Amino acid sequence: MSEAGPAIDPIHQFHIHPIAPLNIFGVDASFTNASLFMLIVFLAIAFLMVLGTSGSHIVPNRLQAAAEMAYEFVASTVRQTAGEAGMKFFPFVFSVFMFVFFSNFIGLIPYTFTVTSQIIVTFAFACFIIGLVIAYGFYKNGMHFLNLFVPSGVSPVLLPFIVLIEIISFASRPISLSVRLFANMLAGHITLKVFGGFVAMLLGAGVYALLAPLPLIGIVLLTAFELLVAFLQAYVFAILTCVYLNDAIHPGH
Amino acid sequence: MAHDVEGHSAGTEVPGNPAQEGAFPPFDPANFTSELIWLVLTFGALYLLMSKLALPRVAAILAARKDRIDSDLATAAKAQDEAAAAAAAHEKTLADARAKAQSVGQAAQAELNAQADTRRHALEADLNAKLATAEAQIAATKTAALSNVDAIATEAAQAILQHITGQPADAAAVAAAVAAQKA
Repeated sequence: MSEAGPAIDPIHQFHIHPIAPLNIFGVDASFTNASLFMLIVFLAIAFLMVLGTSGSHIVPNRLQAAAEMAYEFVASTVRQTAGEAGMKFFPFVFSVFMFVFFSNFIGLIPYTFTVTSQIIVTFAFACFIIGLVIAYGFYKNGMHFLNLFVPSGVSPVLLPFIVLIEIISFASRPISLSVRLFANMLAGHITLKVFGGFVAMLLGAGVYALLAPLPLIGIVLLTAFELLVAFLQAYVFAILTCVYLNDAIHPGH
Repeated sequence: MAHDVEGHSAGTEVPGNPAQEGAFPPFDPANFTSELIWLVLTFGALYLLMSKLALPRVAAILAARKDRIDSDLATAAKAQDEAAAAAAAHEKTLADARAKAQSVGQAAQAELNAQADTRRHALEADLNAKLATAEAQIAATKTAALSNVDAIATEAAQAILQHITGQPADAAAVAAAVAAQKA
């Protein structure tokens, strides 16, 4: 967007540059554009959930209705996926869902930065979730948590292979969880940028400028699609969090 | 690898030409620490704010609304029951009043009938009595008249005899002759 002409770089939007360089004990803690948008996401959610509910109206206004809708949506997801025992993780799942959802959405506004397009962010979330599942699983069920890897009713011959597969599938969860979200965001934004580049290039290419509206229409459609993806990926992330937490709460198959 | 990392840190410090860097920015480890630090700060703050303030507040709002709706529904059901009871009471009052009106009407009619009957009976008795007196009087008058007829006939016969014979007639013989004629 800042570089006009043919040198359109779809990766440029993912660059992180420090706004306020900060170094604490030799560790880089600079306030970057990524930090800024994390803060914006936090403030936007706080605005919706705290200011929106400050009136505590019996008949809600628009903002409060939105806050209640978010609450009930995530609460029903947690309850359906992880049961009533999973409701103790509801604030965590809610925070994760809202953070991812707002990151995805705010990232779709032109000239913004998408926090969830950074693998380290989604990977940190995924690792924390799996760590939470393991910690809570052992805390709640002790060694019974290991039953998660031993499905009942499998013949003893197959059991070692099944256990191996279960362990591999469990170990790959943080990777699949983080890469799914990250890759969706990254690919979506690159596609939008590339189509935008086509418009700019066609406009600067003489008679081919007549074709410029085609990729523009493509961008419009893609933006609608990306809005869906932004919600869907946040939902998938939250529901998988619930599913994994459900494994920790009820490890038996 | 070490060279790579150095390249990035050098690259990030050179403004204006970030596109020429080697690493794909979302994978650039040079940014990992600051991103992690700020993610922990912002997400931690978000979690605390949601779990301590926002979500309990929404839960309280939803619970208050549920209570309100439940109590309103209960009040409405109670009011409906009361209305039904009032309607039943009204129906009963109406039916009672109707029955009472009917019985009052019947009683009044019976009383009127009785009164009319007694008056009619009294009148009839009166009239019968008057009739009887009248009949008795007629009979008396008739008897008197009939007895007068004997005297008149005797007198007339005497007068006739006296006129014919020219001498006074025997009164006792005439009376006996009249009585014989009458029998």
